Amino acid sequence: MAAFTLKINGREHQVDVDPGTPLLWAIRDNVGLTGTKYGCGVAQCGACTVYLDGQTVRSCSLPVSAVGKSEVTTIEGLTGKEAVAVQKAWVAHDVPQCGYCQSGQVMSAAALLGLNPKPTDQDIDLAMNGNICRCATYVRIRAAIHSAAKTLEG
Amino acid sequence: MNLHVKSEAAATLSRRSLLKAGAGFVLATYVARNGIAYAQDAAAAKSVNIAPNTFLVIGQDDTVTVLCKHIEFGQGPFTGMATLVAEELDADWAQMRADHAPSNPVLYKNLAFGVQGTGGSSAIANSYEQMRKVGAAARAMLVAAAADEWKVPAEEITVEKGIIRHTSSGKQSGFGALAAKAMQQPVPANPPLKDPSAFRLIGKDGAVTRLDSVAKSNGSAEYTLDIKDPGTLTVLVARSPRFGGKVASFDAAAAKAVPGVIDVREVPNGVAVYAEGFWPAKTARDLLKISWDDSKAEMRGTAQLLEEFRARAKKQGALVKQEGDVDAEIAKGGRLIETEFVFPYLAHAPMEPINAFLHWKGDTASARYGSQFPTPDHAVIAQVLGLDIAKVDLKTILAGGSFGRRAQQSTHVALELAQVAKAIGPGRPVKLVWTREDDMRGGYYRPFSLHRMRGVVRDGKIVAWSDTIVGQSIMKGSAFEAMTMKNGLDSTAYEGSNEIPYQVPNFRCDLHQVDVGVPVLWWRSVGHTHTGYAVEAFVDQLLEAAGQDPVEGRLAMMADKPRHAGVLKAVAKLADWKGAKVEAGRARGVAVVESFNTFVAQVVELSMGAEGPVVHKVWCAVDCGVAVNPDIIRAQMEGGIGFALGHILYAQQPLDEGRPVAGNFDSYRSLRINEMPEVEVVIVPSTEKPSGVGEPGVPPLGPAVANAMAKLGLPRPTQLPIRPGDSA
Repeated sequence: MAAFTLKINGREHQVDVDPGTPLLWAIRDNVGLTGTKYGCGVAQCGACTVYLDGQTVRSCSLPVSAVGKSEVTTIEGLTGKEAVAVQKAWVAHDVPQCGYCQSGQVMSAAALLGLNPKPTDQDIDLAMNGNICRCATYVRIRAAIHSAAKTLEG
Repeated sequence: MNLHVKSEAAATLSRRSLLKAGAGFVLATYVARNGIAYAQDAAAAKSVNIAPNTFLVIGQDDTVTVLCKHIEFGQGPFTGMATLVAEELDADWAQMRADHAPSNPVLYKNLAFGVQGTGGSSAIANSYEQMRKVGAAARAMLVAAAADEWKVPAEEITVEKGIIRHTSSGKQSGFGALAAKAMQQPVPANPPLKDPSAFRLIGKDGAVTRLDSVAKSNGSAEYTLDIKDPGTLTVLVARSPRFGGKVASFDAAAAKAVPGVIDVREVPNGVAVYAEGFWPAKTARDLLKISWDDSKAEMRGTAQLLEEFRARAKKQGALVKQEGDVDAEIAKGGRLIETEFVFPYLAHAPMEPINAFLHWKGDTASARYGSQFPTPDHAVIAQVLGLDIAKVDLKTILAGGSFGRRAQQSTHVALELAQVAKAIGPGRPVKLVWTREDDMRGGYYRPFSLHRMRGVVRDGKIVAWSDTIVGQSIMKGSAFEAMTMKNGLDSTAYEGSNEIPYQVPNFRCDLHQVDVGVPVLWWRSVGHTHTGYAVEAFVDQLLEAAGQDPVEGRLAMMADKPRHAGVLKAVAKLADWKGAKVEAGRARGVAVVESFNTFVAQVVELSMGAEGPVVHKVWCAVDCGVAVNPDIIRAQMEGGIGFALGHILYAQQPLDEGRPVAGNFDSYRSLRINEMPEVEVVIVPSTEKPSGVGEPGVPPLGPAVANAMAKLGLPRPTQLPIRPGDSA
């Protein structure tokens, strides 16, 4: 066990965990933020997607000891015009079905629009193919990202 | 179909609750919840539970919360039930909310099952009238209360978008202010329902939006994994790598030394690790040294099973249905076509792996999780803890998908949950968590199945059809056995194969029902997952031999199947079908399958990539009777298509000497967004009774893909998945 200071959504949290503990479980079990989900534990599904200094990472496969002073953003702390546009589009298109993967989908989609405000279908495929949706809401994810991009234009 | 669970405990619960419920109507609703009536809870929350108070809570803030007896895991019953209530209540959509009803088999039984449970795409079908009546009764009582309060005739009162109004006196009110008074009104026994021509929500595009979209887009929706009641221990169980294996001995010294681990206990299913959080529990479980007793375990691998299934299929099985004389027709000559189709074990792999929460307090207990069959789950928890069922409450919460996995007729999750709680003793809330690997390798798969098809084509017509099925029973030995077992044969193994929509004069369907020690379960569309493929790929093959167009040829044999023909014509029109070949390198395939009284036809357009078929577009026509929520119907078709495509391309759970091999999404590949085709859906207008849409989008996709591949000169895949090399 070791003490770590994690900066999550702008706040510092002390956690006392095994250094190998994946960031996901520190966020969920120690800090108590449960919007970030466990789906596979091996960086295959993307349900655990968070930002580390603004970049998407799979928190299930990143040990707490590797986080250092980096700033962690979870779905609970997601802000900015891209995030607002994505979440509004998600609701407008009724994207979610079971909803369990959608935190990760929203995190990846908002990150995509931050880098590329007008993504093509191919850009969306590249940016989003690390996020599995077992309900296969992909048709609407794609449509919602295009809608969000449109609202950002205006 | 009226079905009853053979469970003593369930029957007891049912009788006891009936007595309570029969004591009076208003506020007499009894729901076990720490021994407190739900209505009292509602009152404490400054809400008024209005008649039929079982299903509605009207808040003083005018919110109308519908208690949904069906679990919400994406298929949309929260929105569906609320639509039905709001329609007849004349509520405004913005005031509607939904929550899960607690466990109570009397108040919340599925009218198709006789107990509380979700399955068979039955939610809308069995609630269509019931929930409309709830809304209509509540509306009548609110109107009566307003008439009383305002001293005006009830007939002069209107209700529109949540506002109760008496025009000539200028009086008006929301629902909340009149709810308490409305509860004192007599409950109309048979409130009149709207004529469909007056609907403003049911069937209206854009009239409603999903009630759960916001919470599911910002991370606030709560699932079982998110439960963090104070003192909760995360429990992981080490289970036998083979089905039927038992713990012979174990050494937990290293596991117990892991910081955060509270205890390690043997439970009937294996060895349970109790820890403060997932990671210590997982770390400790990996350090357990367990030797397993495999003396009663299933040791066969899938290769051996396939050999055995093949050998059986050479002979006729138990007769399911027969018309004419297939053997005589074959003897007459003509072109005999034989094909064998093999379908692998499939895991459901919902995004949220299996889990469940229970707080055993000694003389009472509370469970919360995504229970798809609350009645049997509730009974088994009480039984294991030795409590009267009235002392146990069970609340279903949102679940991250199911696809059939959480509908446990065996109650194995509830059983394990109660056993791990019992093993550590009362006072410690436990959250039982299955890892993804536990979930993948934990069984309850779509059964491994084989179809041996034989058909005769003569003079351009299909004159004989024979389907010999080898497969495992899902229901045998379960509490739900009476549901589907006829003459000892499980209809979920042959449904769809025994009643094909085509007129063939000589027809036979027979079944070898085999016992394998691998637990199996319904998987999104159940028997139709394989029978739909076998029938639709084979009929296409026979039509090809007969020189007929896939659409025209099917229609010619469907004279007495207007709804099958209806969706087939609709999809052909939508896709502008002009034959299977479209342009160089691309081809189209079609299939039509009825499942759960819903009719779906799909046209697939694909080309062959370097690694296999690439599906570009899917056109889909669905007839589900009255369409309650058109956008949810479209969403279920889109999702069903993606779910089906991923599995027919990649998914299988092979067994190596009895051990399931695939453990995670790296070895059990799931469809990703870059592989998702464009989808276009048309809902065929219908005035038939509404039927479900959660499952029926799945079956036609696989055979439509196979049939399109055939038009590119490739064989129709006979052993699924199509790309096994991409799986384990």
